[in-house]
Amino acid sequence: MLIITCPTCGERDETEFVNGGEGHVDRPGPPENVSDAAWAEYLFFHDNPRGPLRERWLHAFGCRRWFHAVRNTADHGITLTYAIDVRPELAS
Amino acid sequence: MSGFRLGGHPRASAPVVRFHFNGREYQGREGDTLAAALIANGVTLVARSFKYHRPRGIVGSGFAETNALVQLGCGALTIPNAVATRVPLRDGMTADSVNCWPSVGFDLGGLNDRVSRLLSAGFYYKTFMWPNWHLFEPLIRRLAGLGRAPGLPDPDHYAARSHACDVLVIGGGVAGVAAARTAAARGAEVVLVEADDRLGGLGEDLSLADVPGIRVLRRTTATGYYDHNLVTAVEEMDGPALRQRLWKIRAKRVVLACGAFERPLLFAENDRPGVMLADSVRTYLERHGVAAGRRPLFAVVDDEGYHAALCAKRAGLDVAGIVDARDTPGPVGAEADALGIPVFSSHQLVRAIGRKAVRGAELVDLAGGARVRVTCDVIGMAGGWSPAVQLFSQSGGTLRFEHRIGAFVPDRSAQAEQSCGAARGLKSVDDCRADGEAAGEWAATGADLPRPEIADAHRAPLTLPPPGAKAFVDFQTDVSVDDLRQATRENYRSVEHVKRYTVWGMGTDQGRLGAVNGVAVLAALQGLEPGALGTTKFRPPFAPVAFGAMAADRPLGALFHPWKRLPAHDWHDAQGAAFEDFGWLRPSHYPRGEETIDQAAQREALAVRCGVGLIDSSSFGKFELTGPDAGRFLDLMSVGSPSTIPIGNVRYNLLCNELGTLLDDGVVARLADDHFLMTASTGHAERVFRWLDEWRQCEWPLDVVIDDATARWAVLTLTGPRARAVLAQAGCDIDLAAFPHNRLRVGRIAGVATRIQRVSFTGESSYEIAVDADYGVSLAEHLMQCGADEGIVPFGLEALDILRLEKGYIHVGSDTDSRTQPADIGWGKAIARKASDFLGKRSLQHASASAPGRAVLVGLQPLDPAVVLPIGAHVIDGDPHPSRGIVTSSAFSPTLQRGLSLALIDGGRALHGQQVRIWSEGKSWLATVTDPVAFDPEGARLDG
Repeated sequence: MLIITCPTCGERDETEFVNGGEGHVDRPGPPENVSDAAWAEYLFFHDNPRGPLRERWLHAFGCRRWFHAVRNTADHGITLTYAIDVRPELAS
Repeated sequence: MSGFRLGGHPRASAPVVRFHFNGREYQGREGDTLAAALIANGVTLVARSFKYHRPRGIVGSGFAETNALVQLGCGALTIPNAVATRVPLRDGMTADSVNCWPSVGFDLGGLNDRVSRLLSAGFYYKTFMWPNWHLFEPLIRRLAGLGRAPGLPDPDHYAARSHACDVLVIGGGVAGVAAARTAAARGAEVVLVEADDRLGGLGEDLSLADVPGIRVLRRTTATGYYDHNLVTAVEEMDGPALRQRLWKIRAKRVVLACGAFERPLLFAENDRPGVMLADSVRTYLERHGVAAGRRPLFAVVDDEGYHAALCAKRAGLDVAGIVDARDTPGPVGAEADALGIPVFSSHQLVRAIGRKAVRGAELVDLAGGARVRVTCDVIGMAGGWSPAVQLFSQSGGTLRFEHRIGAFVPDRSAQAEQSCGAARGLKSVDDCRADGEAAGEWAATGADLPRPEIADAHRAPLTLPPPGAKAFVDFQTDVSVDDLRQATRENYRSVEHVKRYTVWGMGTDQGRLGAVNGVAVLAALQGLEPGALGTTKFRPPFAPVAFGAMAADRPLGALFHPWKRLPAHDWHDAQGAAFEDFGWLRPSHYPRGEETIDQAAQREALAVRCGVGLIDSSSFGKFELTGPDAGRFLDLMSVGSPSTIPIGNVRYNLLCNELGTLLDDGVVARLADDHFLMTASTGHAERVFRWLDEWRQCEWPLDVVIDDATARWAVLTLTGPRARAVLAQAGCDIDLAAFPHNRLRVGRIAGVATRIQRVSFTGESSYEIAVDADYGVSLAEHLMQCGADEGIVPFGLEALDILRLEKGYIHVGSDTDSRTQPADIGWGKAIARKASDFLGKRSLQHASASAPGRAVLVGLQPLDPAVVLPIGAHVIDGDPHPSRGIVTSSAFSPTLQRGLSLALIDGGRALHGQQVRIWSEGKSWLATVTDPVAFDPEGARLDG
C-alpha cells in the first residue's frame, strides 16, 4: 500500500486517495477548431510508460484537494507531489 | 508405527496432554506440536492426497509441511487445513485428517491412484468437456476437496493493529536475531517477528531480552509484503478473548531473515508415509525428543545433508546408511565412518518400498548398475536448501538462480529491504550471524558492509526419475515428474503456464517444498540449465490467513457500508413504509393490510393522479453554486445554458461526460445573479458533486464555490391535482396564484423558512418543499394534517416509478446506457442552440453522434394491454444481430389500464407506429413503438 504525500496534509495511506489517471492532459478547444483526430487523441490516447508517470490524485478522505504526483509505474515509488495548478520540470 | 519418544530427552518428563486424532485418544507432552505428538505415538498415516488419495504421512516440520493437513475442532470453531507441524498441542484438542472417506486408513478415493494415468495433468480440461463441465463439477469437488469450511459464523475474536518502526526484521533465527541486535544497538526502533514461539531458528535457543528497543512478536507470521514497505503479519493469540491479531507494520527498512526450506528428492514413491525431510527428522529428535523411526536411511546431494544422519546416530538410532550420489563425499564422510554409518557413495535412491509406511528403499549403484535393497522405516531426504524468498518476491524483488546451492536467491531489490543469512543462501552459523549483523547495520544506518560469500555445496547433479515412476514434485497437489513431462510434451514452456496446467505449486503451501524441484525438472526436460526458466511469482499470503483476521476491526454486518436515513425516516416507519436501500433507505411503498408491493404501488399512483400524494425527496443531491462565475461554470458543465435562467426560475438540466454520453439529469434553479441551486438524482449525487469539483479544481479554477447541501435540507413533495389546495392550507406565505410551474420561491411555511420548487417527476402539479432537515418530521406531519380533507396519501418509489414512466421521464443509468447521448433521448435541439463550449460538446459534433441507427429511447405498448414486458427483454428480428434493443423500464399503468415500457432501440425513432417483437426467456410478445410520453403529452396537468 502506497504512502502518498498530500501537498496539503502530508504523508497519508493510499486508502484516503482516489487516482484520477494521467495528469497534465490538456483539453483542446474551442471545439470548432479541434479535428476529430485531435479530439480522439485527447479522449483515448494516454501515456503508459514503464517509469515515472505524472498522475492526478484526489485526497478524497482528507482535504478533498486534487493534486499531482509523479509515480514510477515500475516500482510504485512516488518521487514528487505538487499542487494541481503548477507543472514543474522533471529531471529525467 | 515406528515413531517413538526418546526417554532421555527433557520433553519426556513434561506434563501429559491428551488429544484426539481421527477419533482415537492419544497422549502427548506439553511443548509438542500436533505432528511431534503423532510421530511419538507411532502414527504414520495422517492424510490422503488431493487427487489420487494416496496415503501420506508427516514430511516436515514448521512451515515445511505439505501433507499433514488436519481439520481442527468442530462446529463453528473448526479450522480447516491446519498444518499439523505448526499446531501447538493443547489438552482436549481434536484433529481429523482431511480429504478421505470413509477413513484415512480405508479411503475409497484411493481408487483414483489405480487409474492415475487417466487423471494426469490437464485431465479436467480434457475429460469433462462433454456434455458440460458443470455436470461433473460437484462430484469432482467432493473427491478433490481439502478441509471443510465452518458452516457457522466465526465466534472467535480478531484484532488489527497498525505499527510504524525504523526496522522490521522478519525471522528470528541466527541471522535475524543478529540483525535486530545490531540495529537496536545503533539506536533504531526495531520490531522482530518470528513464526515460532522461540528464537534461534534451526539451532539453539537465542534471546533478545537483554536488548532495549526491540519488540519481539513470537508466533507471528509475516504473510504479505506490499508497496512502500508495508508488511502484514498474523499473531496467534489462542485465547478466547482474541484468536489472532493482524499487524500492519510500516517500516523504514526491512530485513528478511526468513531462513530456508529443505528440498525433497525425486525418486519413485517418494510420497510414502515415513519419507521425510532429513532436517525435520533431526528437528523432531533434538527439539521434541521424538524419533520418526528406529532405522532411518538418509539420501543426500551434498555434505550438508550428512548433518541429520550424524545427529540421528548420536541420538542412538540405528542409521541404515547415507546414500550419496557423488563418488567422494567431503570430510564429513569420515565423520560418518567414525560413527559406523554405512555410506553408499555413487548410489542413487530410486524407490521407496512400502505403501502405508516405508519398509525399505531400493538403491542403484551408479557405477555398476547393481540394485541394492536396504531395510529402513524412515527415509530422510536432504535435497539441499532453498532460501525462503517468498516475501522478497512479493516485495517486487527479482531472483537469480545460484548454481552453488542449486536454488533461487534474492537478486535486485525493489524496496528498502535486504535479505540475510539462509534466506540469502548462506549455510554456516557463523556466516549467518555475520550476515545478520551487516544487514542490521544497513537497516539502522544505511551503511553497506562486506557480506559473506555463498559457499559452493558441491552438489550431485539432478537425475530425473524414469517415466512411469511415481515421483512427486508437489505432494499436496499430487503433481509428479510425469505430469511435468506431459506438460512439456504438450509444449507448455513457461513455468507460469505449467503451474496452472498441472496445478503444481497451487496448494495451501504454495510450492514451498516443490517449487525449486519443479523448475529444475522443467528446465532439464527442455534441455536447459536449471535456472534458465526462472521461477513462478510468489504472491501474498505466505501462509493461509483466516478471513476473521482480514476483517479484523472493520465494520461488518449492518455497518459494512455507510447507510443514510432520510430526515423523516422515523415518520415513514410509523406510516408503515417498506424501505429499500438506494444508498439512502427510502420508502418503496406503504402497504395497507395484505397489499402486495404491486397493489400498493397501483393504489398510491392512482391517488396521486386523482388527488394528492406526498413523497420524500430529501435524498436528491442539492448543490449550491455561488460566486460571480457560477453561471459560466454551470454552462461549461451542462448541455443547456443555466446562466440564462432568470432569477426565480428552474430549468431541466443534463450533464454529459467528454464522450458526450449522459451522466445525470436534474434541475438548476437561480436564486440570485451569483447563486444557483443544482439537483442531482439520488444515486448519482456523490459522483456528480465530485465531478463538478474535479473540473473546478483541475480545469477551470473559476470564482465559484460548490457546496454540497444535500443532507441539510429535508424535501417533501406534494404532487397531484389537489397539491396546491393542500399547500394553501399549510400556512405558506408565498403567493400561490403567482407561482407557476418551473419556478422557485423562498418564504415560510408554518413559520419555518422554506424554499419551494415547482418541478415535477410525476407529470402532476408539484411542489417540492424544502425545510431545514430538523423540521423533516414535523413538516411531514403538518402536510398530512393539512391534506387530510383531500385524502392525501404518502407514496413510495414504486408508485413514483409508474407515474414517471407514464410521462416518459427517464432514469439516467436505467433508461440510458454508456452510449446514450442527449439527442438519443430527444434533447438534440438544446445542443444545436448552444454556441459556447461544454463538456462533451466536441464528441456530440462528431459524425457518429448523428448517425442513423443509433439506439434511441422510445415507448413500447404491448398489443395485449394486460402484458407488462420484462425489463431487460430484447427487441428482436434485427439484422445482422437479432437483438436491436432492450426494454429499460416497465410497469402497468393504472391510469391508462395497460402495460407501458421504455426501450432503447437501434434506429427506434424511425419505427414509431410500427410493431416489433419482444423476446425474453423463451416468451415473446408484439408491441407498438410509440413516443416515450404516454400520458398527458401536452403537459396540461403540470400547471394545474
